[in-house]
Amino acid sequence: MAVIRDMMPVFELFQPASIDEALNLLDAHRGDVWVLGGGMDSFDWLKDRTKRVSTVVDLSQVGELRGIKEANGGLEIGATTTLTEVVHHPVVREKFRILAEAAEMVASPQIRNQATLGGNVSQDTRCWYYRSGWSCYRAGGNICYADTPTAINREHAILQQDRCVAVSPSDTAPALIALDAEFVIRSTGGERVVKAEEYFLGPQIDITHMTVLRPGELLTAIRIPATWANAQFYWEKVRDRNVWDFPLVNVASAMKLSGTTISDVRIAVGAVAARPLRLTAVEAATKGKPRTEETASAAGELAIQGATPLRYNAYKIPLMRNLVKRAIRGNAQATT
Amino acid sequence: MDFLTWGRNPWGQRILTHISWDLFWAALFAGLMFLVAHASYMILSSNRKRAKAETDALEAANKDLPPLITRHTFMARMFHWVMAFSMFALLLTAFLPIVGIRFAWVQWHWMAGLLLTASIIYHIIHAAFFMDFWSIWIGPKDIPEFRHEMAAELAGSGDGPKTGKYPLGNRLYHLALVVVGLSVSISGMLMMSRVRQPIFQRNPYIMADTTWGFTYVLHGACGVALVGLVIAHVYFALRPEKFWITKSMIFGTITRRQYLEHHDPRRWNVRSGAAGR
Repeated sequence: MAVIRDMMPVFELFQPASIDEALNLLDAHRGDVWVLGGGMDSFDWLKDRTKRVSTVVDLSQVGELRGIKEANGGLEIGATTTLTEVVHHPVVREKFRILAEAAEMVASPQIRNQATLGGNVSQDTRCWYYRSGWSCYRAGGNICYADTPTAINREHAILQQDRCVAVSPSDTAPALIALDAEFVIRSTGGERVVKAEEYFLGPQIDITHMTVLRPGELLTAIRIPATWANAQFYWEKVRDRNVWDFPLVNVASAMKLSGTTISDVRIAVGAVAARPLRLTAVEAATKGKPRTEETASAAGELAIQGATPLRYNAYKIPLMRNLVKRAIRGNAQATT
Repeated sequence: MDFLTWGRNPWGQRILTHISWDLFWAALFAGLMFLVAHASYMILSSNRKRAKAETDALEAANKDLPPLITRHTFMARMFHWVMAFSMFALLLTAFLPIVGIRFAWVQWHWMAGLLLTASIIYHIIHAAFFMDFWSIWIGPKDIPEFRHEMAAELAGSGDGPKTGKYPLGNRLYHLALVVVGLSVSISGMLMMSRVRQPIFQRNPYIMADTTWGFTYVLHGACGVALVGLVIAHVYFALRPEKFWITKSMIFGTITRRQYLEHHDPRRWNVRSGAAGR
């Protein structure tokens, strides 16, 4: 059971000055180390004593991990770049506006000043049963308390439910998937690059982790290719409190038009499953079609195929359908 | 090394969750060590086949036996290989994720579990009504054979009662598999009520937390036991001196000479009509 205490537990704190130093520390303390980015997710876990580690590696002093560089017409964003920096970066706003919009919808200005892009995509789920410290599947136990006949599961998954029904809370993740971003992961053994949609894991693959990061690995940067620069973007997030909340459902799309015909499109939704979902069936069905109300309606219907509501979250199905419809139609102003 | 993992439920009670996966590595290590130890020992072990002259004489006296004797019927072999397939599928889907190979394993696991359960039910009915049911079980009648097995292994004595249709080791293995297989199958069927599947209604509350804990521990313990049992089974199936038994599980028959060489015709009487089933 979580114990709410307004003080940090005892741990050994390391503040490396370079990526190599950080990786060596992660390797040396493998299995009992916590990576601290902006701390917005970490402090809850540590203060509540729900996660207990003896070592914390704080990345705030690693200059190489911070900043936005232009590369090959695209961008490379360091993992500890703050969301505020992403929101205000001129190239992001000019060419990849969807990412700026998504980052601007995260939490509050104070949190965005501290929270990092790497942390936003790598944060753990907000399922309160899990975060209360009970032994659910995601915590290594043998039950999902959110998927029982009496569970309060208004914010939980409608797709890809596999024992655990927690959802990915990230706002920037769907935008990065829509932009066909790549995530750079490093360890002492080398570097690997994964597509944005492959960075996230569902419970059917690994029920205790939300990303492909393994012990000893560090997300160092996110690369956004030039492919979708200045495309037609759509971003929308629906949440309970417009000033500050996690998404009930969010959607991001990037579209290229040839006249009124959709020549290419990428679309992703968040908060409907344990990982942000790229809607490949919707993409395939809308490519080559005119951007009309009919195409958008069909896309919305297709998007919710296979959705299964829990006791309290049936509203998410029409919500997702309508958001996808609007993302394809694209003629409405983004709202929150 | 831990044996069990514990958690805490919403009522603050300490609950069993499952076995520690350290036990998987222990079972794997024990199974492999057994192979090394047994293979080393077998170099020095005595051979329990009849002497050549004795087998020649028996063969001359039993010319009326067919040259090929049915050891396993087609349906019995089908059951064995279906069970083997499901067992390998179950072990791979259960333990590959634990060693770090990530894939969507749950639905393959429960489907293989259903196949195993169906094959077990089939085997129980088939063995009870269509086979020599008692030939696979052990009892007081096997004490002389057991005593001789021990003497042969420890003192090198070659004389003594030969086996019936199934060697003693084979029957002991079957007994272990009955206990472990039924336990893993029954606990697995109960655990299916915690996952989404099209067979029956999901209900995670059909048992109390403590009962669920014991169910998960039983399932996990049987699973790691099966790692060791399957390693041993595959090892013995591939050993040169046992390979004729393995071939009979593929082709169904053994030769008359193999029958007379390894078995006691009084304990496995192929002339009685029940023998080949």
